[in-house]
Amino acid sequence: MTTTQDRTPDAPAPDHLPGQRSTGGILLDLARNNVRQYGMLIALALIVLLFQIWTDGTLLLPSNVSNLVQQNSYILILAVGMMMVIVAGHIDLSVGSLVAFVGAIAAVMMVDYDLPWVVALVLSLVVGAVAGAWQGFWIAYVGIPSFIVTLAGMLLFRGATQIVLEGQSVAPFPQGFQQIAQGFIPEMGPYTQYHNPTLVLGLLAVVALLVQQIRGRRRQAAHDLTVLPFPLFVAKCVAMAAAVVVVALTLASYHGVPVVLLILCGLVLLLGYVMRNAVIGRHIYALGGNREAAKLSGVRDKRVTFLVFVNMGVLAALAGCVYAARLNAATPQAGLMFELEAIAAAFIGGASMRGGVGTVVGAVIGGLVLGVLNNGMSLLGIGTDVQQVIKGLVLLAAVGFDVWNKRRAATTT
Amino acid sequence: MTATESDDTTGSDDTTGSASGRSETAPVLEMQGITKTFPGVTALAGVDLAVRPREIHAVCGENGAGKSTLMKVLSGVHPHGSYDGEIEFRGEPVAFRGITESERRGIVIIHQELALVPELSIAENIFLGNERSTRGIISWGGTLSAAARLLRRVGLPDNPRTRVAELGVGKQQLVEIAKALSKDVELLILDEPTAALNDEDSRNLLRLILDLRDQGIACIVISHKLEEIRRIADSVTILRDGRSVETLPVRDTPDAEPELSEERIIRGMVGRDLGSRFPERRPYRGDGAGEVAFEVSGWTVRHPAEPRTVVDDVSLTVRRGEIVGVAGLMGAGRTELAMNVFGRSYGVHEGGTVAVHGKPVRTRTVPEAISHGIAYVTEDRKTFGLNLIDTVHRNISLTSLPGMTRRGAVDEHREQQVAERYRESMNIKTPTVFEPVERLSGGNQQKVVLSRWIHAGPDVLILDEPTRGIDVGSKFEIYTVIERLAAEGKAVLFISSELPELLGMCDRIYTMSAGRLTGEVGREDATQESLMRYMTMDTEPKVRT
Repeated sequence: MTTTQDRTPDAPAPDHLPGQRSTGGILLDLARNNVRQYGMLIALALIVLLFQIWTDGTLLLPSNVSNLVQQNSYILILAVGMMMVIVAGHIDLSVGSLVAFVGAIAAVMMVDYDLPWVVALVLSLVVGAVAGAWQGFWIAYVGIPSFIVTLAGMLLFRGATQIVLEGQSVAPFPQGFQQIAQGFIPEMGPYTQYHNPTLVLGLLAVVALLVQQIRGRRRQAAHDLTVLPFPLFVAKCVAMAAAVVVVALTLASYHGVPVVLLILCGLVLLLGYVMRNAVIGRHIYALGGNREAAKLSGVRDKRVTFLVFVNMGVLAALAGCVYAARLNAATPQAGLMFELEAIAAAFIGGASMRGGVGTVVGAVIGGLVLGVLNNGMSLLGIGTDVQQVIKGLVLLAAVGFDVWNKRRAATTT
Repeated sequence: MTATESDDTTGSDDTTGSASGRSETAPVLEMQGITKTFPGVTALAGVDLAVRPREIHAVCGENGAGKSTLMKVLSGVHPHGSYDGEIEFRGEPVAFRGITESERRGIVIIHQELALVPELSIAENIFLGNERSTRGIISWGGTLSAAARLLRRVGLPDNPRTRVAELGVGKQQLVEIAKALSKDVELLILDEPTAALNDEDSRNLLRLILDLRDQGIACIVISHKLEEIRRIADSVTILRDGRSVETLPVRDTPDAEPELSEERIIRGMVGRDLGSRFPERRPYRGDGAGEVAFEVSGWTVRHPAEPRTVVDDVSLTVRRGEIVGVAGLMGAGRTELAMNVFGRSYGVHEGGTVAVHGKPVRTRTVPEAISHGIAYVTEDRKTFGLNLIDTVHRNISLTSLPGMTRRGAVDEHREQQVAERYRESMNIKTPTVFEPVERLSGGNQQKVVLSRWIHAGPDVLILDEPTRGIDVGSKFEIYTVIERLAAEGKAVLFISSELPELLGMCDRIYTMSAGRLTGEVGREDATQESLMRYMTMDTEPKVRT
């Protein structure tokens, strides 16, 4: 995973000739412009390190890393969608209820109607899209504030869940469906102590990463943009490749890559690409940055807003299926407070309350910060009461740091 | 933070000893060698500014010359310690760490963007943050009577209980001044006070500033309107590229006729004589020259919320290669017309048709209008024009993104090249095209908006106050761009409140008043007087039932 930014990826060089700047200057600029993203990445690394020490190495045991991924996958899926909603200048409070609702629908389809799980999964995603379209319609075309519409959705979908489930849990699910959240990609090839396909995937990821980095650098150089000095660039590549290798080896020494991690990586790559490179992604940033200006520039604001909520609905449905698959049951209480975790992840990951700012990768980092805190504190036997207090403080600290940093930037520039 | 030494300077007043002995002409404010740098940019380099008591002191300079930064230093927005140089107020050195400290000393700044809360009453706004209260409980009687007194002083007849939202910009400006007076202002700083005002409100405001001076309040006025400076200022300090170039007397005695010419001020601002303030027009002789490219017929627009007509049966034409002006006072319906034509962006369309190159077209949405080759450059670039937090290059490409894709993805390569091209051809002053637009000066921001629309390749450009709040040098550049567009065969509709620029640029000028077209004047026959007569023509108000 790279730390590509959606916003000014290249250090603006104030009136100097590009290419003639000192290494230190470039580093300083980079740090200044990416302080939020790198800051959270460093914070994440520190949190991981601390819990690794406090838990005597349990945190990064292969089995726990797999667990960590599976435990947080649905929050990360929601956080990515929530980031897009927030960038567009809206909020979605209904995703927790939607997770429960879609889980319930999927359960009823599989358990009561004996539909094949693949069909149930696809239909569930369609239900999510329809739910998202319902909310998007009121928000985009009728003009009701998203806070209100999704607050209504929060109640509506929660109630609908209880109606569908008749207040009961519905279980169990077919093996295949459970695999979405609990499974690993199958082992292949000779016995090597490691999980072979995982090693291959890790290798492919490293190659893809390096190719992407080198191409990006060439392109920047071709445009006379300031690039990292070569030794630093190499260091960066090595560090990133090393991170991928470590993760791959860790997973490979357990059961391999969890299925849900593949889904998650696919989503992050796809939606990250959409937000960075697709026209609609640009339009989402433009809408969040200045709705009126975007409208007058020809951005179809209603359609874009509508699609952002449809996307959120589909992602909530996916998260709902993953969560139900993980529990191997659909319960009326599923997904409680998920919306708040997703919103917190987006803000820790650098979203701005005013919209127009935020990245998909940032949302993932924010979600991981919360996830590692959850997992680490549970390993230490800290009660959920204290965990909530700590997570609250982390959210406050992360956004507080951002506000402070911006104010400092405003007084010095 | 290095503002520790400021404690002793603000607290003690016996340090200089000159406070009592200074003569009447000793400056009330003296700023010396003010230097302020931002990372990579020197905004101010040793600026000197001296304001005498009872003086209206104008500060002018092109955008980016450092006027606003200087005022931010003076008012403490840039706290003491973040700049170099000395500031003396009433003979004492001062070191403000924030705007409250400078206000306590009687230095009050009124920004171009007014800082009023629309939902609060006039009285509440005047005493906002400075409430008339005893032990935390507001004394409404004291508030209202004090507000009424202040309103009389600024000549505003409205009830102090009136909500500010119900006032026009001109009256709001007066409320700001009343608010300043409530703080016992000794030095009033006005940043572009008349930028958003119509002629009558401007005249009132300028008269009030003269009154305040006669009451002993010194004023610093930042303005791009040189004619205003000549009308009211006693002296003028010119900034250029972060330096104070010169301070010139405008008149000998407060009521004398001005002796300083506008040309002299312009020379100081741009560092040379501007040969002409407008580029020479070149006729378009290509295909379809003289053909009507843009035609609006019988256009009528209703106010979005109230049952009244804001644009009433307006018809106009623009030919290829022609620049056609639309003159009118505030509220004449010019912007309302343009925005309604451009994708119904304002109000409700009640009737009328648009034709481009003789073919009737529909412009019910912005994308539809754009697809028919119409572009609208807004009068309010910050609210309706730019995504301020985004970069120069992305603001330029926004409208043209669908045409810049390669296999579904935005071709950032091309996007950058396009931005670089406009940076060069439009002379946009920015370190790189990746700079957030909010860091650019007003003139450069306007060039970014223009670049966006030029790149969209329209046949018809509707420019709404394209030079508002822009300095003389940038204005000339924008005029040059507009002239070039016309010479290339585009049809340009030029909405402006500044009659000289309409007279200098346009082939024909329409006038509007109260939503109606009241006149059409050719270039040869147009004078400020004739236009003004049409612009103020009474048309009976039309109320729908």
